[in-house]
Amino acid sequence: MEQQILTLYDWIVKLSSSNLIALIVVITLPLVFLMVYALVAILGELKISAFIQERLGPMRTGPWGIIQPVAEVVKLLQKEDITPDAANKPLFNMAPFLMFTAAYAGFAVIPFSSHFVPAGINLGLFYIFAMGSLAVIGLVMGGWASNNKYSLLGALRSVAQIISYEIPAAIVILTIVVLASSMNLQVINANQGGWFWNWYLFGGPGTAWKLIIIPVTFSMFLLYLVASLAETNRTPFDIPEGESELVAGYHTEYSGMKFAMFFFAEYANMFVVAALISILFFGGWNSPFGDFMNGPIWGVFWFISKSFVFVFVQIWLRWTLPRLRVDQLMGVTWKVMTPIAFICFFAIGLWLMFN
Amino acid sequence: MQAQEIYEKLKAEFGDAIIEFNAEPFFDPFVLVTTDKLFDICLYLRDTQGLEFDYLSCLGGMDYKENLGVVYHLYSIKLKHTFVIKVTVSKENPFVPTVERIWRTADWHEREAYDMMGIQFEGHHNLIRILCPYDWENFPLRKDYVQPDEYHGMKVPY
Amino acid sequence: MGETKKVEFEYSQIDSERMRLNVGPQHPSTHGVLRLEVELDGEIVTEVIPHIGYLHRCFEKHCEKMTYPQVIPYIDRMDYICAMNNEWPYVMGIEKLMGIEVPEKVEYIRVIFAELNRIANHQIAIATFGLDAGAFTPFLYLFRDREFILSIFEKASGGRLLYNYYWVGGLAADVHKEFKEDVLSIVKQVRETNKEIADLLLYNKIFIERVANVGILPADVAISYGCSGPVARGSGLAFDLRKDAPYSIYDRFDFDVVTGHGEVGTVGDCFDRNIVRFHEMEQSCRIIEQAIEQMPMDGDVREKLPKKIRPPKGEIYTKAENPKGELGFYIVSNGTDKPERIKSRGTSFVNLSVLPEISKGYLFADLIMILGSVDIVLGEVDR
Repeated sequence: MEQQILTLYDWIVKLSSSNLIALIVVITLPLVFLMVYALVAILGELKISAFIQERLGPMRTGPWGIIQPVAEVVKLLQKEDITPDAANKPLFNMAPFLMFTAAYAGFAVIPFSSHFVPAGINLGLFYIFAMGSLAVIGLVMGGWASNNKYSLLGALRSVAQIISYEIPAAIVILTIVVLASSMNLQVINANQGGWFWNWYLFGGPGTAWKLIIIPVTFSMFLLYLVASLAETNRTPFDIPEGESELVAGYHTEYSGMKFAMFFFAEYANMFVVAALISILFFGGWNSPFGDFMNGPIWGVFWFISKSFVFVFVQIWLRWTLPRLRVDQLMGVTWKVMTPIAFICFFAIGLWLMFN
Repeated sequence: MQAQEIYEKLKAEFGDAIIEFNAEPFFDPFVLVTTDKLFDICLYLRDTQGLEFDYLSCLGGMDYKENLGVVYHLYSIKLKHTFVIKVTVSKENPFVPTVERIWRTADWHEREAYDMMGIQFEGHHNLIRILCPYDWENFPLRKDYVQPDEYHGMKVPY
Repeated sequence: MGETKKVEFEYSQIDSERMRLNVGPQHPSTHGVLRLEVELDGEIVTEVIPHIGYLHRCFEKHCEKMTYPQVIPYIDRMDYICAMNNEWPYVMGIEKLMGIEVPEKVEYIRVIFAELNRIANHQIAIATFGLDAGAFTPFLYLFRDREFILSIFEKASGGRLLYNYYWVGGLAADVHKEFKEDVLSIVKQVRETNKEIADLLLYNKIFIERVANVGILPADVAISYGCSGPVARGSGLAFDLRKDAPYSIYDRFDFDVVTGHGEVGTVGDCFDRNIVRFHEMEQSCRIIEQAIEQMPMDGDVREKLPKKIRPPKGEIYTKAENPKGELGFYIVSNGTDKPERIKSRGTSFVNLSVLPEISKGYLFADLIMILGSVDIVLGEVDR
């Protein structure tokens, strides 16, 4: 590209002639977004579950209960912060923050629009994936340090689950990397510009020959959707915290703000995977309709609304499906998803070779 | 099969072990048997063609003031008839053979009868209290039971 | 439905430490204050020891101090999910001892209310069973429907959960004028929701994976442990006291005894126990419809109420088909107005005793499902 794209970072540097301010703004923006998003998502969860279950949901706090999530956060802040006597205190206190940090760190490379990505590194996808795996350490730390048998069982389950589900997810991502020839999320996004048939869900940009691989990309999308559900520990894969068996799993012993951290981390993770789905398969910040409503500002709108669709899907599934059992969960990933993911990878590779 | 026929069959088989047959009005017809033959009688009732009492509906401990008793309500799922057996034991020596090996239902019921009445079931694999705390003293359903004042330092009557 | 395989676990030769896990008395899925001492090898259950008695309220001791009618509210509190059904065998026993013939209308109302309560109980059983599997939404659907049934009970007896409605010789109060229409509208609603529940929960692929081939209870074990109700019928045993030992006016109605037949797995697994409950709701609807059709609307439900309840000296064991199984009362009368002894055969008490037998070798998550499929109420276990 001849003309360097003016990013938000550059723009702030120009405006304030200070690198530091620009850096701080760029770092805090996703955090602010995350906080607001978490409140919206909690409200969404309450209201969507209420809608699904033919209830009203919270109605007392504010008009139609819209400030209920704020009330919940205030409640959690006020709660007594209990550390069990038998717990390993440093680990116990560190775990929720590690969880949240891991979830938040993923935001560093998420491109909100063509002009705003906190860190435009070339290994964006790889980085997000690494950060996603870091969350496991937080889980195990919390589960082990609580010195509670339920927590321990939950932590061990989550290790097995998240690590197993990373394999099909990684292969799917690798396939997209092969298609896009890049790990940079901005490049992957830019590749899918134009109309919606250029999305990787529909085989990416190319001639009509790409119709052949549309079934493959579709199944890749489904694979990734399922794997991402498992990575965020949401129903039907919420066995690490399956409340009917393990009370609350790895966060049984947590209360107050530390519990809120786990809670926020879960919602942040939900957004990260939803964002990744929208980037990898749905064109990220690209408008679905060519130049219509396209541009850096509209990009934010498209990106966030696409991501929210998948956050909604996660909430929707949670309130509809029962939970799997731990051995079935492993069976699904190792016996079904991983082979299919490999087949997809192979098919895409073959197609690229002859194309 | 009617209770009278079952009684005659039992009488023919066990003779003196069958103490009494009661078919008075307002009573479910029952036989009173001796404790030493109880197990055999129960096994006979379960396994004999035409009786086949495979289902123990209820097993209850009783306090007859001067002595204790156990009442067995039997039912046959196949033949759909009922029968009642009773045994009595003295309060000083409340030993009754267990029927746990004949009907597994008796496992918990005997534990309950032990818990409430203090009837000792000989041969039961795990005769411990079931409803009361494991270290509760005395047997609450006996007529002469006196409520204790304290349990582990807590006042019992509120 | 594809063939589902039995999940087999191979114990490794590695010597590992067993974990003793204390499930309950405060645990989301023990359906009350049940405490299970579970020994786990990894996630595999090797031993289950139920500890009960946390809700023991000395029901039998109380009865000895109380007159006969005063016992009825206590019976409500045994199985508080289906209090109407609980009262029935008790009042039936005393009526039998005293030789009271209850009026026709009373019998019909009793049948209708018992069947409605059976539906309400099964709704809770299926709902909480689904909840154990993590399905929260069907739970609320079923509870919503149960509310309609409870309002009918409220209109008749004044209570939503504990009714004290079946009295010796009659009923506490007459039903309201639009009773028949109200009941029929409930039946319609129940059928509608049942269709939805079958799609949403019972035949959900994930749910079937969770419950098929889990907690298999063979019929002979069920008999030996004295299981009754849906637990026994789930094992393919056509044992229903309404058919086998018809009490009241059940011989006038046409209904089927639903048994499990291994629809998606083995006979007697959790799915069968649950699906028996589901189909029984339909059978109850049929009974209610027939009863509503035959029921006379005029007549006094209190005309046969005796002034003084003083059964002659005697003893009787009465039983009735509770939603959970056979509920029996062994009533010993000494000729006064207070019973000499009342021994209750708690259905849940007997059904729960089979849990250690059928949950060994399954995963810990399965144990919760098995417990849910047995459907216990701790009020009745502990009495």
